[in-house]
Amino acid sequence: MPGIEFLIDALTPVNLLLALAGVAAGTIIGALPGLTATMGVAVLVPFTFGMPPASALIVLGAIYTGAIYGGAYSAILLNTPGTPSAIATTFEGYPMAKRGDGDLAITLACLASVFGGLVGALFLLGLAPPLAEVALKFGPVEYFWLAIFGLTLIGTLSEGNMLKGLIGGCVGLLLSMIGVAEVGGDIRYTMDFKLLLGGVDVVSALIGLYCIPVLIDLVATPDPHLKLGNQIAGYRLREALTISWRSKVNLIRSSVVGTIVGILPGAGGSIASLVAYSEARRTAKRQSNFGKGEPDGVLATESANNATVGGGLIPTLVLGIPGTPPDAVILGALLVQGIRTGPSLFGEQSSIVYTFIYGLIIATLLMLPMGLLIGRYAFKSVVTIPKAVLVPAIGFLTVIGSYAINNNTDDVIVMVVLGIVGWVLNRLGYSPSPIVLGVILGPIAEAGFVQGYLIGTARGSVLAEFFFRPISMAVIGFILLSLFYPFLIRHWRLRRRVVSGD
Amino acid sequence: MKKTTKLITAVLGLFGGLVAALAIAAYPDKTIGYIIAFGPGGESDVSARLQEPFFKKFTGQNIAIQYKPGAGGAATWSQLNGMPADGYTIVGTNIPHVILQPLEKDVGYETADLANVYWFHYTPDSIMVPADSPYKTLKDLVEAAKKAPGTITFSGSGTNSSNHLAQQRFDKLAGIKTTYVPFKGTGASNTALLGKQVTGSWGYTTVQMMLGEKARCLAAAMEKRHPKIPDCPTFKELGYDLVGGAYRGIAVPKSTPDNVKKAVSDLIGKINKDPEFISKMEENGFAMVDVSLSEMPKFMDQMRKLYTGLAVDMGIKKR
Repeated sequence: MPGIEFLIDALTPVNLLLALAGVAAGTIIGALPGLTATMGVAVLVPFTFGMPPASALIVLGAIYTGAIYGGAYSAILLNTPGTPSAIATTFEGYPMAKRGDGDLAITLACLASVFGGLVGALFLLGLAPPLAEVALKFGPVEYFWLAIFGLTLIGTLSEGNMLKGLIGGCVGLLLSMIGVAEVGGDIRYTMDFKLLLGGVDVVSALIGLYCIPVLIDLVATPDPHLKLGNQIAGYRLREALTISWRSKVNLIRSSVVGTIVGILPGAGGSIASLVAYSEARRTAKRQSNFGKGEPDGVLATESANNATVGGGLIPTLVLGIPGTPPDAVILGALLVQGIRTGPSLFGEQSSIVYTFIYGLIIATLLMLPMGLLIGRYAFKSVVTIPKAVLVPAIGFLTVIGSYAINNNTDDVIVMVVLGIVGWVLNRLGYSPSPIVLGVILGPIAEAGFVQGYLIGTARGSVLAEFFFRPISMAVIGFILLSLFYPFLIRHWRLRRRVVSGD
Repeated sequence: MKKTTKLITAVLGLFGGLVAALAIAAYPDKTIGYIIAFGPGGESDVSARLQEPFFKKFTGQNIAIQYKPGAGGAATWSQLNGMPADGYTIVGTNIPHVILQPLEKDVGYETADLANVYWFHYTPDSIMVPADSPYKTLKDLVEAAKKAPGTITFSGSGTNSSNHLAQQRFDKLAGIKTTYVPFKGTGASNTALLGKQVTGSWGYTTVQMMLGEKARCLAAAMEKRHPKIPDCPTFKELGYDLVGGAYRGIAVPKSTPDNVKKAVSDLIGKINKDPEFISKMEENGFAMVDVSLSEMPKFMDQMRKLYTGLAVDMGIKKR
């Protein structure tokens, strides 16, 4: 292993303590809807200025990885992703919690996050400079197709309810267009409200569309929020380990997907977990279980989003291009510390970077005991606290969380309005996920399309730009596969039945 | 009796002295809130973070950096005049943003509403190409653009932004037509540059410092060459009258008393002249300027004229 001698530096008591504290703080920040990994890292940056560079990086990395994991708690227990990365965790995590397996889901999320985090960090340790090139192979057109690939998930998620899923997706795309356009600068759909100039923030859409309907339903129905399992140990480690071992292929695939998507600047944890979920679902043997609380779904999404931590640091450290939003903050902290990013960071300044990577690995490992412990308390409190306390407490958090995005009340208003709209739509049979997918992927698809169109025009052929680049063609292949796979399977099975019936 | 009177007089005297001392006490005597109109990690954030230790050094007080991003900064600037006007809330401002935004649409503030007290640096516009690009000099690039108008593509951060304006200005100066491809933020624009999705990039000298040997700076919009990027010629040397970029400074609410405005301006100025600070800023590619309170009206007038003219040319001016 490269730079193994720096493992000792990472293992100093101070660095260990920082890693532990960082993971704990991160997990709690991530668990609170609205407080994202980016924010957690940004708030704590000034405290790291007095530290040696490697320690500063370790604590920031620990917060980051903890926050990505913490997002799973609220996704599983409240159907509200604590950070955007945890959106896909709601798909299977919440149904699991509903039927009384919330503690199992949280334990699985912890195992998967640790595994994914380690895979991402190992790639960072061993292959950072060559892998950074991947980030550069992705142009605007590739991002456009990647976003379209993400949108095909709407089809998978809305089985049996296709029309409503597609309408929801369109609503999301339209919502994403509100405000000043990123490319082009046009002002769209603001209806002269100044508060809409900044557009609909993804996080306030998440909180509004996912959390508010849950809160209203909690108040409107007399049933307890989550069913209690037989035992309330709070974690079911043995069971979770058995499931994880059975799904090792899924775990490895999802972690690799997470690492690669993490390397792509402009994609990030939410897309990583969506792609991993989509692949896990497509290749699963028990496809019909998906959407009803399939542990494999939680394993896929949680390993993928934590793998983006290591993946995202690859272009950040090698190229000076932040792979994910929290990486942008870490990059800023590096500049202030006087550290130049670049391939030389792995040569001349290798003591800092390897101490950091080993520190990140240690922090990820510490997430196992820490995560199980905090997860147990989170589960127990959500399950046992009476609704009369739970609902106002979460309601308070939704307001604080959406305010904290930009320190602005506009986002709170947007969140509440979307929440009420989301509740009404829920009652009419529209689920929030297609809408949120539209909000997240719309801007990526749009920017990619416009940029690709501009570059294509300048190069002389828009068609060639969109359809004849190798990576584009591969992504288009995946899109077609994910769209037609269900039909192919059905056709194939049908034919086999006919043959065997002969 | 006498003793008591003496004691009272002494106490009163002490108290009076304390009050007087407080009144002339140096600003600041508590933490200053420093609001950034953008998210963390950008140039505004980095420069505030670099200033942070010097606030402590000169005043013994801390600053608390807060982020209020939204609508390209307008979310903060439209609220500036409602903030406490005591010198303990200061806000980062940017040119051309604060001039162009109100020209384009009603963003809730006018350029004249912002009481800028200091402009401390600018990030000079510059053209960069990938290190292995066939275009070795600005001349090569201009000639190629003349041969095939529109085929040369530049990535840059944002639409109607500082990068976009620089591209438009240069196209006009050189008599060429190039394609500007806007990206979300400097990071995305740099990715397109290094990935060779575009011919080159309109960015800042800070970008060149960050990318190092992976990119080549063809020209920078400065009066003199940047001390840390001596290989990069200025546009002026090459015969194009292009100097400028994104300026960053500090504003306070309009109703802030004049002596407080001056105290803030003086403090920022003091930090800006610290040799250690200057060297840190230059290492990151920033170019120092010093526009203090007294030179402010003239400077703002000049900038407003320049950018209003450009806004008219580009069809941005709608109000």
